[in-house]
This record gives sequence, structure tokens and C-alpha cells, in this order.
Amino acid sequence: MYHAIVFLPLIGFILAGLFARSLGVKGCEYITTGFLIISAILSWVAFFSFAFSDSAPQTIEVMRWVNSGNLNVNWAFRIDTLTVVMLVVVNTVSSLVHMYSIGYMHHDPHRPRFFAYLSLFTFAMLMLVTSDNLLQMFFGWEGVGLASYLLIGFWFKKPAANAAAIKAFVVNRIGDFGFALGIFGVFVMFGTIELSTVFANVEGVAATKGPVLEFLGYKLEADAALTVICVLLFMGAMGKSAQFLLHTWLPDAMEGPTPVSALIHAATMVTAGVFLVARMSPLFEYSHTALTIVTLVGATTAFFAATVGLVQNDIKRVIAYSTCSQLGYMFAALGVGAYGAAIFHLFTHAFFKALLFLGSGSVIHAVSDEQDMRRMGGLRTHIPKTYWMMIIGTVALTGVGIPGTLIGTAGFFSKDAIIESVYAGHNAFSGYAFTMLVVAALFTSFYSWRLIFMTFHGKPRASADVMNHVHESPNVMLIPLYVLAAGSLFAGVIFYGSFTGHEVGGDHENWYNGFWKEALFAGQDNHILATFHEVPKLVKFSPAIMMLLGFVLAWLMYIRSPGLPKELARQHPGLYAFLLNKWYFDEIYDFLFVRPAKWLGHFLWKKGDGWLIDGFGPDGVSARVLDVTNRVVRLQSGYLYHYAFAMLIGVAALVTWSMFGGAG
Amino acid sequence: MSDWPILSAITFLPLAGAIIIMLIPADSAIAARNIRNVTLFTTVFTFLISLYIWVNFDNSISGFQFVEKYKWIGSFMEYHMGVDGISMLFVILTTFLMPFCILASWESIQKNLKEYMVAFLILETFMIGVFCALDLMLFYVFFEAGLIPMFLIIGVWGGKRRVYASFKFFLYTLIGSVLMLLAMMAMYWQAGTTDISELLVHPFPASMQTWLWLAFFASFAVKMPMWPVHTWLPDAHVEAPTAGSVILAGILLKMGGYGFLRFSVPMFPLASADFTYLVFALSIIAIIYTSLVALMQEDIKKLIAYSSVAHMGYVTMGIFALNMNGIQGGIYQMLSHGLVSGALFLCVGVVYDRMHTREIAAYGGLVNRMPKYAVVFLIFTLANVGLPGTSGFVGEFLTLIGVFQVNTWVAMFATTGVILSAAYALWLYRRVVFGVLEKESLKTILDLSGREKLILYPLVAMVILFGIYPVPVFDVTNASVEALVSNYHEAIEAAKITAQASLAN
Repeated sequence: MYHAIVFLPLIGFILAGLFARSLGVKGCEYITTGFLIISAILSWVAFFSFAFSDSAPQTIEVMRWVNSGNLNVNWAFRIDTLTVVMLVVVNTVSSLVHMYSIGYMHHDPHRPRFFAYLSLFTFAMLMLVTSDNLLQMFFGWEGVGLASYLLIGFWFKKPAANAAAIKAFVVNRIGDFGFALGIFGVFVMFGTIELSTVFANVEGVAATKGPVLEFLGYKLEADAALTVICVLLFMGAMGKSAQFLLHTWLPDAMEGPTPVSALIHAATMVTAGVFLVARMSPLFEYSHTALTIVTLVGATTAFFAATVGLVQNDIKRVIAYSTCSQLGYMFAALGVGAYGAAIFHLFTHAFFKALLFLGSGSVIHAVSDEQDMRRMGGLRTHIPKTYWMMIIGTVALTGVGIPGTLIGTAGFFSKDAIIESVYAGHNAFSGYAFTMLVVAALFTSFYSWRLIFMTFHGKPRASADVMNHVHESPNVMLIPLYVLAAGSLFAGVIFYGSFTGHEVGGDHENWYNGFWKEALFAGQDNHILATFHEVPKLVKFSPAIMMLLGFVLAWLMYIRSPGLPKELARQHPGLYAFLLNKWYFDEIYDFLFVRPAKWLGHFLWKKGDGWLIDGFGPDGVSARVLDVTNRVVRLQSGYLYHYAFAMLIGVAALVTWSMFGGAG
Repeated sequence: MSDWPILSAITFLPLAGAIIIMLIPADSAIAARNIRNVTLFTTVFTFLISLYIWVNFDNSISGFQFVEKYKWIGSFMEYHMGVDGISMLFVILTTFLMPFCILASWESIQKNLKEYMVAFLILETFMIGVFCALDLMLFYVFFEAGLIPMFLIIGVWGGKRRVYASFKFFLYTLIGSVLMLLAMMAMYWQAGTTDISELLVHPFPASMQTWLWLAFFASFAVKMPMWPVHTWLPDAHVEAPTAGSVILAGILLKMGGYGFLRFSVPMFPLASADFTYLVFALSIIAIIYTSLVALMQEDIKKLIAYSSVAHMGYVTMGIFALNMNGIQGGIYQMLSHGLVSGALFLCVGVVYDRMHTREIAAYGGLVNRMPKYAVVFLIFTLANVGLPGTSGFVGEFLTLIGVFQVNTWVAMFATTGVILSAAYALWLYRRVVFGVLEKESLKTILDLSGREKLILYPLVAMVILFGIYPVPVFDVTNASVEALVSNYHEAIEAAKITAQASLAN
């Protein structure tokens, strides 16, 4: 069964990629989509039969891969609860996106290529989440990066799309640089990169006395070494999940077709970093420093991205920054050891963020490919189904629900679980993280409702021509929205107990362990599971208060008195420009890295190779030889003796030196 | 069958083909066709026979196999051939790449066709000879003789600055080789034999090892090429005809790495240990420096040439990590780079044959008219970047993990190459392939022809196959590399013990 889940998308990719001509466009669409739907159904079967039974985690070997010396790596699947959860997320969203794309990409001449790429992406993502060793994970990791590169640059005629594609790949590679070094470190410390062996030996290695790893000249004791490795691995996670400092590629990635944004840049690929940290929880649990860094980065990202999201005008970029911010929430939770809550948010976020993206795609589709919200408005009555789907996505994202009860949308459960965990957390930055996340919740609510109001309410700001063409999307696009909407509404209440171990009046830990079966590891002093339920009432209510406040503010500024935002921007031009230009990260990086690299490349080429090496090497030598021969010819042969004599002295000096100096 | 001199057969088959071609009278269309067919037949036949070695190769033996040994000049030089796990696959790589080179020259070479094909066949003989030779002098003869046909290929069939490039190539490699010849003579006087299998177990005195190592290093570093003696390579590549570039990048560069593994490390282990950090430093500089330079190139071939230097940096670094992972990774990287860079030069050849320019700026938007070409070029570009799933990744990863165990600073600096290679390779691809097709000259460009598909598709298959299933290669190299590593460590241990003993006295 697991073979089918993983390899069906690959077969779909190969068929659509190689035999597009004989299969026809429709054939490619139906084959890839059909395979994905089968995979998705099998994934749900796997999920229920594995997570809610006594099945033990298992490893399925597929093929040998790299065997060199003591490094033995095979292609293999690791099946545990974390894997099956990810299988469900990836295949559900992917199959819906495949289906949606049949409608959305209807006018595109390159549909077989598009569907082939989507299936390739899904395959790589599945290899990532099922991997039993770090090398295969790296394969999937880079594979999804490749698919992302191809899909962002899908419209290859757009220069912006090409630039965004390269940026995404290269920035991700900066993260991969850390990831790769982390893998090397794991290999040196554990003698293997097979996860099961590594996890089995962590305790022993952590207890070792004396240096276990030499890194950059430092001989590291066990805990320091584990910190170094975890931070390096986390660097990879930061790149892939677009965390603060390595986030710049994600907003640009919106140049790709909207279904791609929903699948790759919202629901699945960008959560790979969260998955990585959760997967490596047995390692991270041994390093408080690394976890603290994870919290710090996550909370900062959650706040930073939310601030930028407040003022963006491109409908997709707002959602992109929202994604970035929500990923920050997940990392903040991981950092305090609340792995269950983080993965739960990953799970629910996949539903509502994919819904929002696909919904905005439906909007863009309706208004003739316009993405600027300043040229939308008043679309509510024209595309009511899309409108209501977007509303569901928004209430799920902002976490609408009644605290203390089990009434609420998916985001309500998962986000509150994160905020409560962070409050209950013990690391140095949990207080900071709590503040940041609560403020970010306010911003989230504000920009989400701002998006809804600017797009659907008020007077239409699009041209009459565009407004005449506004039409509701076909069913093939709407049905995926309905499915995701159902998930956005109910995934929270159904799975809350299993993922986070919350059961009203029940035994938290048994429920939690029965579901996760040690796929998520908690160290001895990690009591987050017990403590996060017992936070003060005010903490429990804070996200709900922020959510309401954000809604009211957005309503005031975009419905009640629409002149207010402009007035604010005029009063605080510096702040507004700072946010609008995304804290000037692109400009700073261009100045710090891109231009110096180009200058250095040019300098080394012209001055290093050209002037220094060639100038004093072959060109110089040949020029000198020419000089010498010219002079010799001109100055009679008598001078030859001088040269011969000089050479003789030189040789004598060399021999003397080597006999007396060099020999000793 | 076991007495059959298979290695000699493979080595001299191309030479026989060359002689036949020389007998074909030139100057007619039929003759040109015959010349092409005979050359292609010879190279394909040679490849098929060479597979016999792989099939009958005993993976469990670390020593030499298929050995042939005859008296040659007088009593001090012998004709001695054989292969082990390190050299065998290079023989296969050579015979495998040759038919592609001939096919790539099918239409682009019109001038002096006969001489061109003869030069290539003779070159093949010398290249195979290098990897099979088990006698110092025999090795030297093959190693040096190979320069001449390559020199001619660049100098006669090259581009505008071909004379400058060919002389630069020749002088650089020759100067390195002269030092190597001196070292070989010294080795003969010291050990009293030129037999490589005997020299491998001969303990050279430590002080002598240093000088011998440096002399060999001069030759191999130029061949590799390592920074700072790399500047002949971009020029040679740019001026060489497509097939010349393929052979240059695919095989000739590998002779440097092969030399390190055959001579420097096993024969001068103490010196190798001493100079490890020199090699590491030069490798890191090569990786970072040439990657940055590659970023700014305006000529497609030059860019790929610089990226070759960077990739060879991983090889030298891996070899001198002196552990299983590093050395096997180095060998794998060489084999993979032989396929990938060869294929990239073939890709450049495809558009060069159509447009007669290698300027990046002259291209753009090729995907619109050449979708098949775009896919093939993309796969090789990604393999060059070292994407997992392609052969380029396996070698890169192993060399890095090998060197990480020795020195993390080196590994860290080398890993930055992962970022830089993505930048220059994808940027190149974008400028050549993506975008709108605006240039008037490109509007009628045609996609891959049948012959070009025949050349490129098998290479695509190989690159992906060896990315996901590299096992056959590791099985071959395993025993020999293991012996190499353990002999090296024994030598180092032995030297330590003597040093302690002499201190104790």
C-alpha cells in the first residue's frame, strides 16, 4: 500500500511528462489527478488503520542506494504516525489542487507539463516525509525545491517568474548548506544517518563524557555537539519554511500559478521544515539551546510576517505573508517542546490556507487575472460561492471559536493550543514568543478581514469591462473548495484530542502516546503536555480577544470609514514604507550579498585569473621570453655568456641550499 | 579466454581503426561517409568489448586484474598492463564517451575530416593506455603522447584563438610532466624497477617522498586542474571543438585525479599526509573562487569550464580526506563529472552548430522553439548543481562527508559551493533557455535532431540511473579503495612508530 501511495504520483509524472502527445491534454490531467486521488484515499486508509490502532512503527526497504565504507543508506520508508499524518496532508491537498487546476489552468497551452510538475512535486514531498534516513530526506528536500523552482518559473516568459524561481532555489540552498552540514555531523556522531539507529542511540551519545565532535576547531562535548547539529538542521528548516532571514523567497514565489501557491507554498512544502524539527525531536529534546533558538526565530517570523502582511495590496502576497507568519507559530510551538500542537497546526493550516489560496485563485480567475486588491471590491454578489468559501477560510485562519468549549474552527483549536503551550513553556524566549504570537494574532485577524473587505465588499473598483466578465468558477474548481472548507471547519474539533493529547477530563498522556506512538519524542523534563491545559483564563481568552479586535479594526478602516487607512499611511510615511517594502530585506541582501558576489566574481576573473595568474604565468613568461630573445638577438651573442653564467650561479646556489639547508 | 590480452585489445583497437582510415583515400563524399562510419564502428566496437572487463571483473580482489606482462625495451622497461577497481571504470568511461564524440563531430567537422578522426582514435588509444599501464615508463609514454592529438585537435579544428589556447594547454601540461619524468627517474634509481605494482609496495624514504610527491603533484595539479594552474582550461575549452571539450572534461581531467590515486597517495603516503592541508586549501579556493568567476562569465563554454574546475576541487578534497567516503566520493565525482560535463559540452555544441556563437547574450527563450533541448539541458544543469537523484549528488555528498570527518572548516567552506553552483548554473539556464524568444536569429532554430537525441538521451538515462542506483560503481571500487586506505594508514602508523623509536634512542 505504501509503495502505491508514494509511487503513483511518480508514475503520473512520468506518463504526463513523457507521453503527453499520445495521451492528450485531457488524458494527462485525468491520469495524474486520478492517481493522486487514489493515493489520497489510500493515505486516509493508512492514517486510520495506523494511528488509531496498535500497529508498531515499521521500516520498508525499497532498494540499496549509497554504500561506501561505513556509510550505508538505502531507499526505505519509515512508517509511523508522523508519516501517515503527513501523507494525509500532502495527498489530500495535492489531489484537490490537481482537480482544481483542471479548471484553473483551462486556458494554458502547457497543461501536461503543469500536471507533470505537480505530480513530481508530490512524489518528492512523499519521499521526504516517508524517509527513513537523512539522505533520502535530503533527496525529497531538494526534489521539492526543484519542483518549486519549475512551478514558480512555469510561465517562463515572465522575467519576474524566472527571477523568483532562481531566488527560491538559491535561498533554499543556503538553508540546505546548513542541513547538509547537520547530516555530516549526525554521521560523525552516530556513525549512521539512519533515523531509527540515531534515535535509539541519542541517549547513550548524550551521556558520553568528553568530546564527541570536533567542529570548526572546537572539541565539543555531547550537549554542545547536539546543539550544533540541531541548529544546522534547523537552518535547513528555516530555508524551506521561509523563516525570518531566509524568508525572502516566499512572497516572490507567488509569481507561480495560484494552485502551486496553494499546494507548495502554503500547505505542504513550506511545512517541511516543521516536519523536519518534529521528526528530529529526539535530538532537539537534548538541546535546550537549539530549542530556544527555534522559538526565537519562530516567534520573530510570526510577528514580522504579520506586520508586512498588514499593508500588502497583492491578494496572494497577503496570504503568502500570512503563511510565513503561521509557520512561525509552528516553530514557536516546536521550540517549547509542543510538537503535537505544532503538527496539529500544520495539519489544520493545510486545509484553511489551501482553501484561502484556491479561493483567491477563484477570485483572480473571476476578475481576469487581476491580483491587486485595490482594483477589486464588491465581488460578494457576483461570486457568492467563492465569497463564502473565503469567509470560511478566514474564520478558520483567525481562529474563531468560543474559548473553553469545543465549538470552533480548525484554526481556533490549533492556534490556541500553540499560544497556550508557548505561555506554559519554560525556555528563555517563551515569554517573548507569547507576546509576539498574541500580537500576531491581532494582525492576522486584521489583514485577513482587510483582504475580505477590500476584495468582496464596498464598491467595485475594477473597470466595467472586467466587472462584466466576472463569473463564478466551474464546479471542478469549487468542489475542492468545499472539501477544504469542511476540513477548515471540522478538522479541529475532530482531531484536537488525538494530536495534542487534550481530552476533557481524561488522561492526556495516554491519549497522546496512543496516537503518536513515540513518533514525537518528549524528554524527561518536557511537561508541556500536562501544563499547557492549566494556563490562566486570560491566556486562554487572549487569542479570541485579539481576533475580535482585529476584526473590528478592519471593519472600521475598510467598511465604516474607508479613508482612514490612507490617512494613517500619510501620517506615518516612514513606518508605512518600511512595512510596504518588507523591512527592506531584499534591498539589504542585494547590497550585502548579491552585488558583492558579482563584483568579486568579476574581480577574480579579470584581476585574479587574467592579470595575476596569466599575467605572471604563461602570458608573462612568453612575453619575457620574447623580450629576452629579442634582446639577445639585438645585443650580440657575447651576452649569452652572462646569462649562462647567471644560470650556473643559480644552479650552484640551489644545489648548495638543498645540500646544507634542505637536507637537514 | 583468460589468457586473451583483453586490455591490449581495447587499447590498440582504435589505433587499428586509425590505420584503416588512413588507407581510405580522402576527398570524396563517399570517402567522408566511410571515414565517419569506420570511426563510429571502431569506437562502438571498442566500447562493447570493454564491457567484457566489467562483466568479468572480480569485485572482491583489490589488486590488479587482466594483467599482461612482456619484456619491452631492454631489460629495465616492461610492457605491463592491468586494471584494478580504481582504474577499471575510467577505461569504461573512455570507451563509452568516444562514440558520442564521434557522433557529435558528424556534421560539424568538414575540414580535414580524415585527420580529425585519426587524431581522435589515436587519442583514445593513449587514454585507455594511461589507465591500464602498470609500468612507469609505459604510463609516462601514454600520458604524454595523449597531449599531442589533443594539442592538434584544439590547434587545427578549434575556434578563433585556437593557437594561443593550444600552446597554453601544451606548455602548462608539459612543464608539469617534465617534473614528473624527473621524479620517475629518481624512483627507478631508488627502487630499481619501473613496475608500478612493485613500486606500490616499495617504501620510499620520507625525505625523498616529499620531493617526489611535489614533482608528481606539479603534473597532476595542472591536469586536474587545480587552482592556480587552471587558467589553461577555460581557454582550451572555449577554443576546442565540441568533441574535444567532451574528451578534455570527461577524460583528460580525470588523469590528474587518477594519478593522485595511483601514485601520490599509495607510493608517497607520508608526503601525502604532510601536504593534505595544501591540497585542501587549493581545493577550497578552487571551489569558491572559480564558482564566483563562473557566475560572471559571458561565454557558455567558459562558464562550464570554470564549473569543471570547481567540481574537480571536490575530487581533490575528497581524495585527500584519505578515508573510504572521501576517496570513493572522489572517484564517483570524477565518473559522474565525466558524464555530466561531457553532456553539457554536447548541449552547448547543439546550439553552437546552429548559431555559431557561444555568447550567452546571443541566446534567450530557446524553450519556445526547442522544448526537448530545454529538458535535456535542464537535467544536465541540475546534475551539475548536484541535485539528489542525479549522479552529481552522490560524489559531492560523499566527498563532503568524507572531508567533514577530517576537518570541518574545509567541509564548511566546500559546502558553500553548493549554493554558488546553484546560482551560476540556474542563472545560465535562465538566460539561455527561459524568457521570450526575441532575437531574430533564433526564430527559426530547430529542436534536437535524431542524431542529437541519440547522443543526449542515453546520457540522460545514465545520469539519472547513477543518481538513484550507484551501487554497481561502489561494488567495483570498494575493495581497491579499502586496500588503498588501509595501506595508507598502515604506512602512517609505521612511520609514527619509527619516529618514536628514533626519539627514544
